[in-house]
Amino acid sequence: MAEMQLREAVAQGLREAMDSDERFMMLGEDIGEYGGAYAVTKGFLRSYGQDRVRDTPISEAVIVGASVGAAMGGIRPIVEVMTINFTLLAMDQVVNHAAKLRYMSNGQLSVPMILRTVTGGGAQLGATHSQSFEGWYANVPGLVVVTPATPYDALGLMRSAARSPDPVLFAEHQLLYGMKGEVPDEWYEVPFGKADIRRQGSDLTLVGYSRMANVAEEAAGILAERGVDAEVIDLRTLRPLDMDTVVESVKKTGRALVVEENWKTGGFAAEVAAGIQERAFDHLDGPVGRIGGVEVPFPYNGRLEAAAIPDAARVVSEVSNLFGI
Amino acid sequence: MKVAPKIDSAQARELYRQMLLIRRFEEECGVQYMQGRIRGFLHLYIGEEAVGVGAISALRDDDYIVSHYRDHGHAIARGLDPSAIMAELMGKATGVSGGRGGSMHLFDKSKGFMGGYAIVGGQLPIAVGLALAISQMRQDRVVICFFGDGAVNEGEFHEALNLASLWNLPVIFMLENNLYGMGSHIDRTHAAGRDLYTSADSYNIPAMQVDGMDVMAMREAAEEAVHRVRAGDGPVFLEAITYRYQGHSMADPVKYRDNKEVDEWRGRDPISRFVDFAVGENLIGPEGLAEVQAEVEATVEEATRFGIESEEPTIESMYGHVYG
Repeated sequence: MAEMQLREAVAQGLREAMDSDERFMMLGEDIGEYGGAYAVTKGFLRSYGQDRVRDTPISEAVIVGASVGAAMGGIRPIVEVMTINFTLLAMDQVVNHAAKLRYMSNGQLSVPMILRTVTGGGAQLGATHSQSFEGWYANVPGLVVVTPATPYDALGLMRSAARSPDPVLFAEHQLLYGMKGEVPDEWYEVPFGKADIRRQGSDLTLVGYSRMANVAEEAAGILAERGVDAEVIDLRTLRPLDMDTVVESVKKTGRALVVEENWKTGGFAAEVAAGIQERAFDHLDGPVGRIGGVEVPFPYNGRLEAAAIPDAARVVSEVSNLFGI
Repeated sequence: MKVAPKIDSAQARELYRQMLLIRRFEEECGVQYMQGRIRGFLHLYIGEEAVGVGAISALRDDDYIVSHYRDHGHAIARGLDPSAIMAELMGKATGVSGGRGGSMHLFDKSKGFMGGYAIVGGQLPIAVGLALAISQMRQDRVVICFFGDGAVNEGEFHEALNLASLWNLPVIFMLENNLYGMGSHIDRTHAAGRDLYTSADSYNIPAMQVDGMDVMAMREAAEEAVHRVRAGDGPVFLEAITYRYQGHSMADPVKYRDNKEVDEWRGRDPISRFVDFAVGENLIGPEGLAEVQAEVEATVEEATRFGIESEEPTIESMYGHVYG
């Protein structure tokens, strides 16, 4: 068992992939000489050379598009787009091409590409650098959308991503890079479509993903002090989505609150909430609650930003409002 | 003294066969569309045959082709089975993409035909990526990427050219300038309005303009481009000046240009022009022409029969080849 940061866990997963097969290569803006905007790929250029670790121009569409083409041609590209906000410039390649080529070609082609990107707000980067679009991408069949929130999951999911025949959007939360956690020395993988029950409980179910899974867990700690026993589920992957685990939990607790950082309108929590009422309606003791970011472009000012993004206090207060517990 | 033609009789016959097959196949597509057997968008290549046939004749079998939504001509020139193409247009299980792709999304990996791409400009980064794979895996292959004049105004075009040149990748950018992006003449959409190939100068890519109504000129330019790219000298850009006789798609009433312009271009028809050349050079005679015509008619007839008689894909098959 080793303790490591989430940043180091991602890096270890990447190194394992690069060491395992010459066909893996990395592309991205400033991933080489600079070492990556969030220092995940520091030292990779020296280890693997400039053919396999390629700094690119600031051209998101062709960086991702060339990764799609390279994947079709037999390479296993790992492409870094500096933040999920910038992936919008490559959305044509992700949604119209990467996600569809295996299907449209009737299985003749496949796009085994890992698209790493950085999601989330909370670092006072302003409205254009603080968004969480992984829920948008989860709408698209043909993509795998991964949102690790612990070092353990980051490494385990990267190992699964490295074996995926399909494109994987791997969304790393910017505030979690420094988070420390235990990672086993023995080999393990975290499969796609398997949620993690972070904490067992009997009074209600809190569902989150990415950093909001950690916020939900923190809220559960506060609730426990008040005698409320919350179960906490980290979805870990949005597509495929493990609704079975969520539904089983809600059948047991009878109450559910879904937490996401993204805006609530059209957000991913709505998908989870709808799935709960479809499959566990008769077990519910109250409405299925949702918490999301305040419906404004996230402001720069620290006080305002903190008020816009859900935190444990808001979760606790919403539990009390919704369920009277 | 007369210069010997650069092709032999067999090659002349094949160029003629391919161009005529595209022409006749697509005329039949128009008929089948009107009869409701082909649905969706149908973009015909009629008038532009010399570009695809000439350019693809310069490739080897293991080179990659990346095309756009007007892709039937490229697929036929590459040697995809016309019956499987027609079946695809009719949405049948026996189609090149199992009936999942349709006219704009033909695929045949076994022939290096890496797809028709229907988002204007979207195929250029993908072609650059295939070239990257070739370079990375030290393969002896090239990629040819077809796109239209409309794509030149997309950001993906510029990003793709820059990266291909920066990384010295083996790709030929093959611009088919038919003067119109859907219903808009390039005078109304491009600041220069002509000599689009000069865009490549900004990215240090050698470029030239070719008469896209002349299959021999296309073949020669493509051979030179392929030679250069295969030698490892980085990308090359070709601009073919060409014209589509039909509308943008079958749904286009073509109100944006007058018939006089169309007639002028028909006067430069690539097939008639090549026949005049080949007959004049004694590469093919009346009997040879008649044999090719008969062969083409039989191929189109068989493709149509195959398409009509083939089964539709099952509903169960819809769920395959996608994750989750």
